Amino acid sequence: METLVTVLVFAPIVGAAIAGLFGRRIGDVPSMAVTTGLLLLSCALSWTVFVQWTWGGLEPFTHTLMRFIHVGDFQSNWAIRIDGLSAVMLIVVTTVSALVHLYSWGYMTDDPSKPRFFAYLSLFTFAMLALVTAADFMQLFLGWEGVGLASYLLIGFWFHKDTANAAAIKAFVVNRVGDFGFVLGVMTVFWAFGTIQFAEIFPLVAANADRTWEFAGQNWRLMDLACALLFVGAMGKSAQFFLHTWLPDAMEGPTPVSALIHAATMVTAGVYMVCLLSPMFEYAPVAKNIVTLIGAVTALFAATVGLTQNDIKRVIAYSTCSQLGYMFFAAGVGAYQAAMFHLFTHAFFKALLFLGAGSVIHGMHHEQDMRRYGALAKALPVTYAVMMIGTIAITGLGVPPVFGLEPLGFAGFYSKESIIHAAFSAGAENGIAYFAFVIGVLVAGLTSFYSWRLAFFTFNGHARWGHDDHAHGEAHNANDHASAAQLETHDEPVAHADDAHGHGQDHKPHESPWIMLVPLLVLSVGAIFAGGFFEGSFIGHHQEEFWRGAIFNGPDNHVMEHHEAPVWAVLAPLVAAIIGLGVAAYMYLWKEGLGARLAARGGPLYTFFYNKWFFDELYQATFVRLAKLLGDLFWKGGDQKIIDGLGPDGVSAVSYEVGRRAGKLQSGYVYHYAFVMLLGVAGILSYALWAWGR
Amino acid sequence: MPGILSLITFSPLIGVAGILALLLLGQPEDARTVNRAKWIALLTTLATLALSVLLVVQFDPTTADFQFVEERPWFAGLHYRMGVDGISVLFVLLTAFLMPLCIAASWNSIQTRVLEYLAAFLMLETLVIGVFCALDIVLFYLFFEFGLAPMFLIIGVWGGQRRVYAAFKFFLYTLLGSVLMLAAILAMINISGTASVPELMAYGFAPEIQTWLWLAFFASFAVKMPMWPVHTWLPDAHVEAPTAGSVILAGILLKMGGYGFMRFSLPMFPNASEMFTPLVFALSVIAVVYTSLVAFRQLDIKKLIAYSSVAHMGFVTMGIFSGNAQGEQGALYQMISHGVIAGALFLCVGVIYDRMHTREIAFYGGLVNRMPWYAAVFLVFTMGNVGLPGTSGFPGEVLTMTGAYQVSTWTAIVAASGVILSAVYMLTMYRNVVFGEMTNPKLMTINDLEFREVMIFAPLIVSTLVLGFYPAAIFDITQTSVDHLVATYRAATGG
Repeated sequence: METLVTVLVFAPIVGAAIAGLFGRRIGDVPSMAVTTGLLLLSCALSWTVFVQWTWGGLEPFTHTLMRFIHVGDFQSNWAIRIDGLSAVMLIVVTTVSALVHLYSWGYMTDDPSKPRFFAYLSLFTFAMLALVTAADFMQLFLGWEGVGLASYLLIGFWFHKDTANAAAIKAFVVNRVGDFGFVLGVMTVFWAFGTIQFAEIFPLVAANADRTWEFAGQNWRLMDLACALLFVGAMGKSAQFFLHTWLPDAMEGPTPVSALIHAATMVTAGVYMVCLLSPMFEYAPVAKNIVTLIGAVTALFAATVGLTQNDIKRVIAYSTCSQLGYMFFAAGVGAYQAAMFHLFTHAFFKALLFLGAGSVIHGMHHEQDMRRYGALAKALPVTYAVMMIGTIAITGLGVPPVFGLEPLGFAGFYSKESIIHAAFSAGAENGIAYFAFVIGVLVAGLTSFYSWRLAFFTFNGHARWGHDDHAHGEAHNANDHASAAQLETHDEPVAHADDAHGHGQDHKPHESPWIMLVPLLVLSVGAIFAGGFFEGSFIGHHQEEFWRGAIFNGPDNHVMEHHEAPVWAVLAPLVAAIIGLGVAAYMYLWKEGLGARLAARGGPLYTFFYNKWFFDELYQATFVRLAKLLGDLFWKGGDQKIIDGLGPDGVSAVSYEVGRRAGKLQSGYVYHYAFVMLLGVAGILSYALWAWGR
Repeated sequence: MPGILSLITFSPLIGVAGILALLLLGQPEDARTVNRAKWIALLTTLATLALSVLLVVQFDPTTADFQFVEERPWFAGLHYRMGVDGISVLFVLLTAFLMPLCIAASWNSIQTRVLEYLAAFLMLETLVIGVFCALDIVLFYLFFEFGLAPMFLIIGVWGGQRRVYAAFKFFLYTLLGSVLMLAAILAMINISGTASVPELMAYGFAPEIQTWLWLAFFASFAVKMPMWPVHTWLPDAHVEAPTAGSVILAGILLKMGGYGFMRFSLPMFPNASEMFTPLVFALSVIAVVYTSLVAFRQLDIKKLIAYSSVAHMGFVTMGIFSGNAQGEQGALYQMISHGVIAGALFLCVGVIYDRMHTREIAFYGGLVNRMPWYAAVFLVFTMGNVGLPGTSGFPGEVLTMTGAYQVSTWTAIVAASGVILSAVYMLTMYRNVVFGEMTNPKLMTINDLEFREVMIFAPLIVSTLVLGFYPAAIFDITQTSVDHLVATYRAATGG
């Protein structure tokens, strides 16, 4: 088993190295084959581990490979930790990654730098595996930043585009803001517990539950402080409110990247970390409330923005952000199992939606604006079918367990229902949890609206493509402000686009090749069955034996135990989802064009949502401006005027005067300086030696 | 192997002798003579490197004592004492490692007075290695001070447009600092009756005297680091220095300050060090934030990296004065790592400067289109400078912050914001130089790395990544000495 997991983790980096270093020499197809092949191997091994874990009674273990950083008690190793949490993450990461590798064979056909793309994808997978199998904070952080690097490289993959480069930097920097909190959290843990190994910290937490800690001149409850700081890191990685601004911009990357990194895996790392650290969070009630609050606000915020966006990828990006909010408030109320369950099901249906959107974009010759879609169901039948499956899964349609019915639905139905249910149970004692419950129900309605809007807008109604490609005409001048510029930049460029699909020649939408459809079909299976099939293990009667201690629920935390909730609370999310579906159908099917007219009117609320609550503008006006201002002030004022002016330039001005009179300040005379300097040193030294008598 | 330290220190002088012979015998401007001189210099530095590797291999990491000690009387009652411990031995290797790369980097870019240039570099190598090996405080001072002279010449003779201004500024700052240090050294000898470093470490100066001695040493080392606000000589010196000069300046000369703090200030003046820790912390975190913000606004690549160096040295001083194992190890590690990464970054600038003769960021853009290998190499060191885990830039940063956290959480908080800022300025610069469309027509013919350049970067990339994934390679060597340093410091300060 130890060899198996070692191969599992390292296979992708071998592929990345081969494709990255020798890609040009060995050619495109071998590079793609070797990375995809190794990823499939990794995926098969992950499922072996998962099956062994779930049904084979595999015991949790940590396989230590070598030392990483060992300084005093600060000891970190290269290790592979296998337990319930990492077993789940292994299959999520490698399955989606393997499918995305396959899909990219088709999606990236026209791109000239395929080896580089596949190398980055595999590099990302390796970093993600290092993250989920870490046994201490430093390896966790290494994976954490490693996925950040891969994300940076892949967002900026099309380096010709300025917007892509800007988005890549934004992603990296905003994540660094999160890391700022993360490293401070790790240091707090280290100095409080004298170790950074998870297995050594967790048993000590209960005894330190009431300890106080001085930080930044204040006294805090240790566990609340440490967990809150670590959560700041999770906020960055998982694009939570305040640190969410990078995720929508990250859609500048190729669509397979969005599916893998910015939907299914990397962005869920924050949720994973909070669940992994459940033994700490369980003793940090204030930090848990912060998690709940931020999660709920993010869920609401992102959903409201998602209502109004026209770029198909941006809608899904905000949807991801919102769903991550669900996961966080689940973790915040103590339902870590439900959070992990939603992470698991979400990976399937969100990857499906993204890759489905990619299939649409591919079929529409790299057009991403939904206002130029419409009536695509006939042209893209398979894509249409799988997108429907994904939409049903995310909106959580299903038969709820009321009136003696057995629950039945697609994947998202089970996980979302369990989250809202947990928030309701916790809400009995905790106002913030109740708030999260209310938001959860409301957002279920919003989710349903924007998801069905996307589906109807794209696949049904009248075709808004095929006539007049280049004038950004009637179809969307109904809308907005800055969107013309936005439109241009959000299109994914494709090499030699003119050769591939000549202008005006073959501009009909076409269904994607089978290599792109197969991953979609596999993910559809997951989006349909992953919920019902695994419910018992993740959150149901078998949860204890499934997690086997990987998740800790405190003695007072009974959220995951079975509660009877009133019928209205069980039905509420479903009713909200049906209302959302109804409104979307009314606006985009029966009264087609109503949405555009409403948007054109541009009410204040619409403007607010459409402009993403003006966060980018706010940050631009404050942090970015401040940094530039201070930079210039320190440079031109501090360094040049004050320090140099009073110091060397003042002195040199005097000496220049002297030098000029002597007529000697020429470059040839630097020898003289050197000589005088040496003479001076020697003189002082000899005088001193003589004077001091030794 | 007795005498190996002297052999390493003075072996570059054999090359100097060879070059002088060429200078006297042949025609110094003749192409064949120049070529011979280059090969002499390269082989000499490679031989020194081989000896240094031998030194590190033979080094016994289980003891904190000085090793390979040489001691003989010199003149005027002075002694010639040499020796290394876990704190200094890696600096010898770092110097010997960077020197052949510098010679190779100067192969085509230096066109005038090549022989003198090479001789100056070899002289510099002797003096710098001497600094790290000297165990006699007067001998240390001589190496420390005379080391300025070749650097001064390298900037002043082979530098850019404003080389005289830069050289003068460099000279003024460093000399002022050293004069005070000289006075302190003489006072120490007078009080203790010895110039031997190990004996001075054990001497135990009275706390009130420590204060004055500490300040005098601080004046010199703070300028060398450089710490805020005596850092302004560095950007000018870097901008004017030839590429290889910048490599040595950033890679080695800056480390002399940090080394000095660890060799002298902390063990000899522990009480004063503890007393002044708040001052050092304040200056360190100001350096981190202030110079990072300044770096963000720079228009010249070299200046940006120079300011970034000041910020990175802020982490070093912060770590050193934490007085715990994490801080000291982190500081040492950061110095070694920064020597490699900053050196490599200046070499990266040198590559495009050699081709285009400008360092202005706005001139470039889209280099990846014609120079994909260069883009990849530059990216590795950019990420190293950002402190990405997996590169050698990471362990030093995280450990120095961890060390400082124990003493002052505020210091760690402010320093941690430097982690954000370094990403901002490095990635912005990298984007403007490497990514985007190639719009400047002058760049249309620029060529990717040639074989010589690949050979220069290969060892630097390997070091950055190997040390990033296996930092224990360094900690294993430094650990015993650092633990000893921390233990004695704790004992002296009652901590």
